[in-house]
Amino acid sequence: MSDVTRTTVQITVNGRTVEARPGELLIEAAERAGDYIPRFCYHPRMEPVGVCRMCLVEVDSPRGATLQPACYLRVSDGMNIVTDSEKVKKAQDGVLEFLLANHPLDCPICDKGGECPLQDQSLSHGSGETRFIEEKRHFVKPIEIGELILLDRERCIQCSRCTRFAAEVAGDAQIDFAGRGDLIEVAPSPSEPFDSVFSGNVVQICPVGALTAKPYRFSARPWDLEQVESTCTQCAVGCRVAVQSSGNRLTRVLGLDSDPVNHGWLCDKGRFTLESVDGNILSVDPLLATSRITEPLIRRDGQLVTASWNEALELAATLLRDASNTPGGVGAIGGASLTNEGAFAWERFVRGVLGSENIDAQFNDGLDPVLLQALPKATIDDAANATTVVTLTGDLREELPVLFLRLRENFTKRAHSLVEFAFAPSALRPLAKVSLSTRPGEAHIIAKALAEGGEVPVGLACTDEQIAAARQLIGDGAGVVFVVGRPNAAEDASVVETAIRTFAERFPEAKFLPALRRSNVMGALDMGLAPRLRPGRGFASEAKGRDTNAQLEALRSGAQKAVLVLGGCLLGNVIDVEAASEALKNAHVISVTGHGGATLAFADVVLPAAVQHERAGTVTNIEGRVTALSPKIVAPGSAWNDIAIAAELAEQFGQSLGLSSIEQTARTIEETTGYPALSVLNDSAFEGVVVGSTQTPSARRTLDPMAFPGVRSADTVGLAAHTGATVSEFATRHTITHGAALTDVVSAGVDVPLADAYALRVVLSRRLYDRGIAMQGSPALHALVPTTTLALNHFDLDRLGVKSGDLVKVTGPKGSFELAVELNEGVARGTVDVAIGTRSDGNEYVIDKLSDPHSPITQIRLETR
Amino acid sequence: MSHFRSDIRQRAEELVALYPRSRSAMLPMLHLAQEQDGYLSEEGIAEVAELTGTTPAEVRGTASFYDMFHLEPVGKYVVGVCTNIACLLAGGEEFLEHASKKLGCAVGSMSEDGLFTLEETECLADCDRAPVVQVNHRYMRTTTTDAFDDMVDDLRSGKLDHDVPPHGTLIRVRRSGGLRAPRQEVADQRVAAKAARESRAEETK
Amino acid sequence: MASLDAPRIVSSRREFQDSFTLARYLETGGYVALRKALTMFPEAVAAEVDAASLLGRGGAGFPAGRKWSMLRKSPISYLVVNGDESEPATFKDHYLVERDPHQLVEGVIIASYALQVNQAFIYLRGEFALGLERVQQAVNDAYAHGALGSKIFGSDFSLDIVVHPGAGAYICGEETALIEALEGKRGFPRIKPPFFPAVTGLYGEPTVVNNVETMSNLPWIINNGGAAFAALGAGRSTGTRLFALAGRVKNPGVYEIEMVKNTFRDLIYDPKLGGGIIDDKQIKAFIPGGVSAPWFGPELLDLPLGQDEVAGEGSMLGSGSIVVMDETSCVVRATWRITKFFSRESCGQCTPCREGSGWIERAMYRLEHGGGRMEDLDLLLDLCDNIAPGLTWPPQQTTICVLGPSIPSSVHAAIKMFRDDFVAHVEHGGCPHE
Ligand SMILES: Cc1cc2nc3c(=O)[nH]c(=O)nc-3n(C[C@H](O)[C@H](O)[C@H](O)COP(=O)(O)O)c2cc1C
Ligand code: SF4
Ligand code: FES
Repeated sequence: MSDVTRTTVQITVNGRTVEARPGELLIEAAERAGDYIPRFCYHPRMEPVGVCRMCLVEVDSPRGATLQPACYLRVSDGMNIVTDSEKVKKAQDGVLEFLLANHPLDCPICDKGGECPLQDQSLSHGSGETRFIEEKRHFVKPIEIGELILLDRERCIQCSRCTRFAAEVAGDAQIDFAGRGDLIEVAPSPSEPFDSVFSGNVVQICPVGALTAKPYRFSARPWDLEQVESTCTQCAVGCRVAVQSSGNRLTRVLGLDSDPVNHGWLCDKGRFTLESVDGNILSVDPLLATSRITEPLIRRDGQLVTASWNEALELAATLLRDASNTPGGVGAIGGASLTNEGAFAWERFVRGVLGSENIDAQFNDGLDPVLLQALPKATIDDAANATTVVTLTGDLREELPVLFLRLRENFTKRAHSLVEFAFAPSALRPLAKVSLSTRPGEAHIIAKALAEGGEVPVGLACTDEQIAAARQLIGDGAGVVFVVGRPNAAEDASVVETAIRTFAERFPEAKFLPALRRSNVMGALDMGLAPRLRPGRGFASEAKGRDTNAQLEALRSGAQKAVLVLGGCLLGNVIDVEAASEALKNAHVISVTGHGGATLAFADVVLPAAVQHERAGTVTNIEGRVTALSPKIVAPGSAWNDIAIAAELAEQFGQSLGLSSIEQTARTIEETTGYPALSVLNDSAFEGVVVGSTQTPSARRTLDPMAFPGVRSADTVGLAAHTGATVSEFATRHTITHGAALTDVVSAGVDVPLADAYALRVVLSRRLYDRGIAMQGSPALHALVPTTTLALNHFDLDRLGVKSGDLVKVTGPKGSFELAVELNEGVARGTVDVAIGTRSDGNEYVIDKLSDPHSPITQIRLETR
Repeated sequence: MSHFRSDIRQRAEELVALYPRSRSAMLPMLHLAQEQDGYLSEEGIAEVAELTGTTPAEVRGTASFYDMFHLEPVGKYVVGVCTNIACLLAGGEEFLEHASKKLGCAVGSMSEDGLFTLEETECLADCDRAPVVQVNHRYMRTTTTDAFDDMVDDLRSGKLDHDVPPHGTLIRVRRSGGLRAPRQEVADQRVAAKAARESRAEETK
Repeated sequence: MASLDAPRIVSSRREFQDSFTLARYLETGGYVALRKALTMFPEAVAAEVDAASLLGRGGAGFPAGRKWSMLRKSPISYLVVNGDESEPATFKDHYLVERDPHQLVEGVIIASYALQVNQAFIYLRGEFALGLERVQQAVNDAYAHGALGSKIFGSDFSLDIVVHPGAGAYICGEETALIEALEGKRGFPRIKPPFFPAVTGLYGEPTVVNNVETMSNLPWIINNGGAAFAALGAGRSTGTRLFALAGRVKNPGVYEIEMVKNTFRDLIYDPKLGGGIIDDKQIKAFIPGGVSAPWFGPELLDLPLGQDEVAGEGSMLGSGSIVVMDETSCVVRATWRITKFFSRESCGQCTPCREGSGWIERAMYRLEHGGGRMEDLDLLLDLCDNIAPGLTWPPQQTTICVLGPSIPSSVHAAIKMFRDDFVAHVEHGGCPHE
């Protein structure tokens, strides 16, 4: 952990003197000294409670040796403990016998059988026979405590790991103990189920089979599972995971205890959307996101039909070559779902073979890549320990869930301060010291007021007192981390970009953590998938190219003839679907993708690519940490990896990318740019390195199967100390180009129109459970996608004379339609919050109509019917 | 929309104001919720959660820890008979059996007419009058089965309405006083008083 | 012969029907001590209590003065009065809150002044509906009388008292569980360390927790001086004490008598006190201090009623409740009922107590009701040993709080003292008394 102090104390464990960190828990000090103390309730990522009493050891005290819980007691100098005496053994055996008294003997049919801490400890510690002849307690069989989680109360050993996780870590206390004595049980409220987006974690840390996940239940037996260590690519936090399969079928994803990143936790989207990888075998319609694309497709007589790779590549090359005859005639959009190696290969192809600078990995919902490159970066740990954090983002629980958990801990446990730009509802709000109510088009004004002091402009939604309080907490910026993203897709990026730049210029000592959500967007940008950027985090100040918006515009106008869509569904990701469709209609579209989707309606060639869990490579998370992906299953049909596709396509042009395998590509990246790739790839049990950082990563924790049951293989999961190259070592061997400076950022300037007194300003925000491929392809989570509503606070509802659930007529920049309103006090006065990608049956493209492409902010009018 | 009647709601808000932290009002507020509904309804629980800054699961979990809170409807009169050590030695178990027959309900359940719920209780701290009987937490001091039967008849006929309010009404005396000074002011006062005392002590030396 | 000439300290208004009213209280010397205390330095008030050597009356018997001196200095601190009184056969606080609520309130104000605490809580078990009303009325009256609130009696001391109802859970008598309940949570005792609420208590602030009877002694101590209190009793057990006498005696009830100067025999047999055993039967065993305490046999009847005296014989005076069993009482049934109590009241957070109490209760049930086996006796003792290793007194424990090691007290004692009765139950296939 980051708060390692240098001084040590000496304690005696079973007669041996060992060194320990002051204030360290006995159970950890003893474990490092080689004495493993049995345990159940203890979990290294939560506060100790000492309730199960399994870890009792003898500790010397003024009144003689007493039995004390090793998980709760902190070491002090000269402490003398005995973990192996007869007395200790009798106490521990007694506790285990008590735990088993009411525990059913149903291991053969229990989901946890084979990977159960209770079973394991019983085998290693138990006497084997029971003296308990009484009737065991009985409960009606499993109850559903949330949409995804089942609870079998008979098996529960009351360790309170789940309830503590819910309240302490996630802040979602929708489960708690009920009852008293041996009738105590974990219980939800009938009126409010446990639908936390982190609910799957309680299943993972349950030390028995009491909590099971509906998507995984009975799907496999632990001993059939094979595992690799990898990185989750559902968002850009980059949680380390164990990916498990039974044969070529993915069965389970478990969180790994990566110290700098996820601490073992995952969100439910990362954990439970495996089914979408396989795709629905019944779904063969290429226009559906749930379909896997397994063979190349070409358009013949208006229809997409199966083709050979050769036919498809030839056609793609012909279309691209024709288009590239006109200057600026081709370009590429997308790439955030690629690996770094895949992105590197496509960058070589687009710039090297097609000679085009039109390339952009972001779908207009990100931030200026040059600005991002120029900012001094913070790591997640920096943010999770910063004395003041300023968020200028959407709701982090919805966008980067595990980053939310890491930050939350900073405010709940360390009581550090959060200053929040309050754009729309956010789960961190209750923990914020200052919530600066911010309407669309105001962020840059508030930022200026914070950075420059002086008079606060009138008419802002936040108050002078709030600004003063925030100023105080930010001080001179030292030790402050700004977490910056795109809170509102209906607001021009220049608003937040200007705010960010103001902070960066005024507080040179502050650090910035980008909060972009698309899986490997940072890696794709580092590989140069944006105008003016170059592989290896390079920068070419003179270059000029089109970003996504400009490319779509050029396609519409005919200035650009063809577009290469790299991974994912373009139309599934842009806000203005109508305009994008218009653009694609005019163009030649070559799609490289693993899944179907609406974009394919316009595709001339579709090249099937391997997706997550099917390919090796590296990815880079929001903090710039490069970690390795390991394939667990083989891609279906004749899908290829991106390097092969790009290389073969280049061959069609008579050129060679010089890239053959993933390994070789990683070596090329590292050798030509200094960017860590091969050194990370070579060591899959590696925490990864942070690009540009000189911090020495800490040694990995020993895997404790009691804390992370189900993680199969201890040897790939960090039993040994950290073995890969450290960053400082890395930095001396290589030079990474740090290109852009703040002065290279080209500011568009912001020109926010005056607010229309009769209109509301729109915040288009993101939800974790959206209609993206992952959710659509995972039936278990489908019910959790919310319906689209207009969220307003009670002032505005009252003003309109409507209440939650009422339908209103919305008149936006592109026409009128009807939607239901919903009360949400997290929305600033005069604004309306609408979630992108929610379910809006019958209103397919309402979101589209809620953003005004011609104005930095969007204003709409609501009328009662 | 408040589920609590306006007077209950007002008292609940007063409770929150009484404590340094709102969650502290949990137990007295749950008693209040029972005063309105006789037991803890889902709506009552949700309102307590709102007022105490907790979740319904936490309120339910907390309430279920305490014997006096009922998550299911109970009779107008909850009759508790103690069988713990002193009462046991005075025939408490047999007494409980008698009560069950007289009230027409098994221990732990409600009579068909919804008038009584019978409970076997732990020690009620009135052991010199064993076996001890409480109705809605009022000591009835009926140590013989005959006296018990008379009491049940009196409850039925309404003769005891004044002494035994319906289940849920625990404390009929409302708080009327209070330290109406802001906490900080009181703390400052204390510091000032200490300084004054110290200087007095100096002077007398 | 019992020694009954000591003054009544906490039960002096026993004869008055209206002892709970402010009028009667004022007539009988009420709030005089408070007025006196307010003229003294807070430290001097605490010094009187220290000089009285007043032992806590809640069970653990920790000297009140010492506890007060441990209160960590902090801008905010609290006084919490423990009126949970749920230890079986303990009913002395019941008497005090219903019959002399003003004495309690005055004691609380005096203590708060001595501790310089501006917020006190009186936690009463919820089943004391009448007691809650009487204490709330007393608090209301005290406000109206100027004895509570801002600038008490014109002094520079202010205090608020909140009467907090419990809701039926024995464990909330344990001081840290009580604090949790006061924080609106489940009554889970807190794990130690921190060992003392006086350092980290309510809301993490320093907090003194004292019993109702402990508080009720304070007006007398201030009026008469700590030395006068210490002159009563002997050794560490000074003053008088309320004893709650229950079980197979002719006159069960609450008796205030001088400590140490009287023996268990005096209390049980004196005609002015217990009056002897019902039908003049032989005494079989008695519990000296609540059901958490190991039992005594008739051979210890002449033991003085003093804290150290009882501790010396391997038990405790605890909450001051004495339960008498005679030759007609079934000790197996009594033991079973006590284990049933602990099983129902275990908070359930730590394994040995939660599972152990249930297991022991079920095994005891079989012994009493048929189905008992000879090996159950050793099994029971071993289970007890797994909760309180060594079965010593004071006990060691594998649990978080001392409810755990209270479970073995009666089981161990009963099996040790009356093994034959257990054997008879096994052989008879149930209770031979039936
Ligand atoms: C299980 C258990 C139950 C207790 N019940 C009570 C009680 O009902 N009343 C009480 O005053 N103390 C009770 N105590 C003792 C308290 O923890 C605490 O020691 C006492 O309130 C301190 O007050 P005193 O120092 O004035 O005695 C109990 C302790 C335990 C372990
Ligand atoms: S010993 Fe019993 S009552 Fe005490 S904390 Fe443990 S389970 Fe709860
Ligand atoms: S008490 Fe230490 S691991 Fe549970």
